[in-house]
Amino acid sequence: MKTVEEIKAAIEAAVPGAGVEFVPNPGPAAEHSLRIAPASAVAVATFLHDDADLTLDFLSNVSGVDWPDKEIAEKVKVTRTVTKTVDGVEQSVEEAVEETRKRVEPGCLEAVYHLYSIAKKHGPLVIRMKTANRSDQVELPSLTPVWRSAEFQEREVFDLYGIVFRGHPDLRRLLMWDGFKDHPMRKDYGEPDDYEYEPTPHDHVLARAHERQSREQGTGNREQGSDVA
Amino acid sequence: MSPTETKTEKIDGWNRPPVIAPDGEGELLEVAMGPHHPSTHGVFRMDLALDGERVVRLKPVFGYLHRNHEKIAEQASYLASMPYTDRLDYICSLTNNWAYALAVEKLVAQQVPERAEYIRVILGELTRIQNHASSIGFLIQEMGASGTPLMYAFKEREKILDLFESLTGSRMMCNYMRFGGCRVDVSAAWLDATRKVVAGLPQFVDEFETLLSSNEILMARCQGVGILKPDLAVNAGVTGPMLRASGVDYDIRKVDRYGIYDRFKFRVPLGDHGDVYDRYMVRILEMRESIRIVEQALKEIPGGPIMDPKAKIRGFRPKPGEAYGRIEAPKGELGFYLISDGGPNPYRYRVRPPSLINLTVLEDMCLGSNVADVVLIFGSVDIVLGEVDR
Repeated sequence: MKTVEEIKAAIEAAVPGAGVEFVPNPGPAAEHSLRIAPASAVAVATFLHDDADLTLDFLSNVSGVDWPDKEIAEKVKVTRTVTKTVDGVEQSVEEAVEETRKRVEPGCLEAVYHLYSIAKKHGPLVIRMKTANRSDQVELPSLTPVWRSAEFQEREVFDLYGIVFRGHPDLRRLLMWDGFKDHPMRKDYGEPDDYEYEPTPHDHVLARAHERQSREQGTGNREQGSDVA
Repeated sequence: MSPTETKTEKIDGWNRPPVIAPDGEGELLEVAMGPHHPSTHGVFRMDLALDGERVVRLKPVFGYLHRNHEKIAEQASYLASMPYTDRLDYICSLTNNWAYALAVEKLVAQQVPERAEYIRVILGELTRIQNHASSIGFLIQEMGASGTPLMYAFKEREKILDLFESLTGSRMMCNYMRFGGCRVDVSAAWLDATRKVVAGLPQFVDEFETLLSSNEILMARCQGVGILKPDLAVNAGVTGPMLRASGVDYDIRKVDRYGIYDRFKFRVPLGDHGDVYDRYMVRILEMRESIRIVEQALKEIPGGPIMDPKAKIRGFRPKPGEAYGRIEAPKGELGFYLISDGGPNPYRYRVRPPSLINLTVLEDMCLGSNVADVVLIFGSVDIVLGEVDR
C-alpha cells in the first residue's frame, strides 16, 4: 500500500480543499494517521472507498476518544512597575518577575476509523475527525453511508461519547437506555449516587397496551384474547 | 420479494434494508423476542414486526449486559485488564487474551519467544475448534434437535477444556497470555495429552458430519435461508466464518500473518451461497484446518523460554503512541485499539467486537423470512453477548 503521505497527496489531488492533516504516531507501532476536516469527510471517505489503487472497502473499527480541556501551567516573565522606596524616596521601578500563568487548551472529541482493503488485502489506514469542542459543537458527518459497518459503531460512539453523527440513518443510543442523560466514556463522567430509576425497555409497549385496553373498555367491544395486561 | 433473498436497496445513498409493505389486511404484529428467549444465547432483544409469519422489520436492542468494559480497563493498569478480556467472549478466552497481548506488544514493540508463539497457536486453534463445535451444537439445538447434537459437540469441547484447565487452571477464564509470552510453560505430559486429544478430533468431525451434514431436515431448514451477499458483507464489516461463507476470501491469519501463521500449511474454506448451511459448512471445514495447524505446531514446537527475558513487567508504562492489533478470532476480527499517554493505564482502550458488528446485517438477512428462521439465522451468526454489550 502507499504510505500515509502518498495517500494524503492523492486525497488532496482528488478532493480539492480536503483539509487533510498528517498526524504522526510517536510510538513504535508507527501507524500514522490522517486528520480529515469534517466538512469534506464524506467526499474523502468516498474517494478512499472507490479509488482503484486504495479500494479501502472494509471499515474495521470506529472508536471515540475524549480529549478533555487541558490546563497548562506556564512560567512567563513579566515586567511590572513596582513602587519602591529607595533612599527614602518613592520611585516606580520596572522589575522582571516570573509568574505562573494557567492556560486552558480547549478539548475535543475524536472519532478514529481503521480502514482495510479486502479486495487488495492491505491496510490499515487510520483516519480521524475531531469536533470543535466537547459541549455544544459535537457534530461530525457520519460515514455510515459509505461503510455500513459504522452503523452500530457510530451509534456506540454517540452513546458513550456524545458525538452527534450528522447523516446517520438511525442515531439512537446503543448500549445505555434511551432515558439516560450522560456519556459514560467521557473522562469527566461521574457515576450517579443513586440508580433508583431503571426504566423497563417495555415502557412504550405497556403504554400502548394500557391505551388499547382503556379504548376497548370504553367501546365495550372487547374481543376474547385481546387482553394485553 | 421471495422470502429467501436478501435485497439491499440504496436509499438516500445508504445501503439499508428495504422497507417491506404489509400485503394483507390488518395490523402488523409487534413481538419483542427476548431479552429472555432461549434462542438469544443470553440477554438480547429483537423487536420484530410481523405480517402473519413474515418478518417485515427487525430491530436488535443491545445493552442488557453492558458493564462499560472499556472504561474499567482505562482505570486499570495494562496487565490488570488481561483477566478481564476473558469475560468478553467467554467461550474463547484464549483468543481474547491473544488479541489484547498482540495489541500491547505492538504498542511497545515487544518480541515474543518462539516457543510462546507455538503455544499461542496451539491454544488459539484449539479454542477455534471448541468454539465452532459448540456453536454448531447450539445451531442444531435451535433447529429443534434438543440436546443430542449439542452433547456430541460438548463431549469433545470438554476434552479441550480439560486441557485448558490442566495448563491454565481454569476451563474458560484462562488468563494465560502475557505481554511478551505466556504465563506458564507447557509440560511434556501436557503436550502428549494434547496430541492424544487432537488425534481423536478428525474422527469426531467425521462423526459429526455423518450425523448432520447430509441430514434432510438440516438441509431443508438451512439451505437458502438467511442469504448474505458478499458485497453487503464486506460493506457491513462482517468478518470471520460469516464473511467466508459468503465467498469472500479474507482470513487475517493469511493476510496479516501475525504470530507465526506463515509457517503452517492450511486452507481457507469458502462458502458459495452465503446461507445458513454454508456458514455451518465453513465452520466444519475450519475445524478440520485447525486440526491440521495444531498437528503441525505440536510436531514443530521448539524448546526455549516462554517469556521474553527483557519484557518489562513492573512499572509497565508504554511510550506515548497508539496501536491497533487484531487477530482472526473464532467469531471474526477481534481487535484492540490502544492509546498510551505514557502512564501506567491505557488512555484509550477500545475493543472491536466481531459479535456486535456481525449483527449489523441481521435485519437484512431476516427480512421476508419466517419467525422460525430468524432463530436459525441469528444462531448462524454465532455471537456471545458478553462481547456484544461489553
